[in-house]
Amino acid sequence: MAQFPPTVAEPGQDGTLVLNMGPQHPSTHGVLRLVLEIEGESIVRLRPEIGYLHTGIEKTCEAKFYQQVVPLTDRIDYLCPMTNNLAYCLAVERLLGLEIPPKAQWMRVLMNELTRINSHLVWLGSSAMDLGAMTVFLYCFREREDILRFFEMVSGQRMMTSYFRIGGLALEPPLGLFEKIKKFADRFPGNVDEYENLLTGNPIFTMRTKGVARLSADDAIALGACGPTLRASGVDIDLRRDAPYSGYENFKFKVPVRTEGDVFARYICRVEELRESIGMVQQALAGMPEGPIKADAPKVVLPDREKMKTQMEALIYHFKIITEGFAVPAGEVYEAIESPRGEMGYYVVSDGTAKPYRVHMRGPSYANLQALAKMCEGGIIADVVAAIGSIDIVLGDCDR
Amino acid sequence: MPLAPPITNIEELKSHPALGRLMAWNASVVQAAKFDREELTIWVEKDAIREACALLRDSADCPFNYLCDLTCVDWYPSEPRFEVVYHLLSIPHKERVRLKARLDGSSPAIESVTSVWPSANFFEREVFDLFGVRFTGHPNLKRIMMPDDWEGHPLRKDYPVEGYR
Repeated sequence: MAQFPPTVAEPGQDGTLVLNMGPQHPSTHGVLRLVLEIEGESIVRLRPEIGYLHTGIEKTCEAKFYQQVVPLTDRIDYLCPMTNNLAYCLAVERLLGLEIPPKAQWMRVLMNELTRINSHLVWLGSSAMDLGAMTVFLYCFREREDILRFFEMVSGQRMMTSYFRIGGLALEPPLGLFEKIKKFADRFPGNVDEYENLLTGNPIFTMRTKGVARLSADDAIALGACGPTLRASGVDIDLRRDAPYSGYENFKFKVPVRTEGDVFARYICRVEELRESIGMVQQALAGMPEGPIKADAPKVVLPDREKMKTQMEALIYHFKIITEGFAVPAGEVYEAIESPRGEMGYYVVSDGTAKPYRVHMRGPSYANLQALAKMCEGGIIADVVAAIGSIDIVLGDCDR
Repeated sequence: MPLAPPITNIEELKSHPALGRLMAWNASVVQAAKFDREELTIWVEKDAIREACALLRDSADCPFNYLCDLTCVDWYPSEPRFEVVYHLLSIPHKERVRLKARLDGSSPAIESVTSVWPSANFFEREVFDLFGVRFTGHPNLKRIMMPDDWEGHPLRKDYPVEGYR
């Protein structure tokens, strides 16, 4: 973080003008501050200043029991809470050596893909609005509202869901959920066509995005870009396909890759991902297995409410888990999954006690932000807005 | 699914491309190795970390060309206190490896890998900010999360959670 209060007019090098952008600029999607050194209208140097949203979540995790960390993970990347839940739960489950029943895995994939659609819709709406296309924003938020209703049905919360727990899911999916998701999934491809009609062939939109903020494949790898930003530069990697987790190996999907590496390519990649994700939602609904939603591990997984009222053991286990947590065998795990923004890694270190010794989150926004300077330098000021929109940054994920 | 016991014998693990490459280059920089929960960890001599990273990045048969993550773990009060952790990914071969370097608690410093991967820039600044580990050769080693005038390094285990008294 920069000095507080931030100094605006630092002297520029070689006669450049220093322009401060943010941290309250509407197009920075949160509290990102950019220090631009400009010469006329072109950018000589760009320096991101972050840390305005640093809440010390990694430190807080060290003082919590393993199961108490799940709600904290929601708040890191607040546009894809379930992806965070999943990465953390998978990491701890691997530390414990827990096996997750198939229904819980399929539910996780289903909710995770809905989360991806939800996150991409926010990105599509807000980044198009940054470029002046107001209508798309309203359409995207209309569909997003439907997905948030599904989240509310399963977890009782619209945004901070904490629906995935260590060992399975928090609750059985309610009656009528699958029918509603099915209806949504049937009509959603039509909605994507609607967005594409407004943007893909729109001459104003293509002029603002094609050839803007280019990033070559080598630069993208060297600067640590990930997710759609990396795939739009021609690097074919998707952890769902290349290192399947949580039963992704049972799903068929294509990984959209473009080679142009500009804002438009990132847009196309994400829109294609919307279509692939809804296909996976359909597959998850069609093949949803029957069975339990929690692993058979009474010392780790909270018992059902009904059992607690009739069985003494269930009550004892509940009391033990709540009051003293559960010990996790010593070791360390780096669990990387594909979040809507790219590789989200959870590095969890256990020292054998009931509290994690260290939890580190590798945020995809943090890595993508480093590529921003390379994209913008040499371009013009107006394109910075398009570039920030195209890397789909979430500052909660960045600052943690 | 019971946990398999970790493998720590370097000879047994040599078939992994990262360990094989490092052993073929200079066996003395590899302090230890462990294969646990399907992940390989290699402890590397701290003075050789940049060369080891550059070697793995440019390795011909399995280039670990992507730095996923760089972080640190504080093992206070035991010595060596800090472990700097590098997670590497080979994009062409989808292989992962974890490198670790141990640092003393008195004045922890290690060579920066920003010359190998520019992406290490922010990660090293974060470790410097929150753990107080210095990275020599880093182009802009300043605090990134905390304000510039902050005292102490919050993720150290001896950092008081309620603030200094």
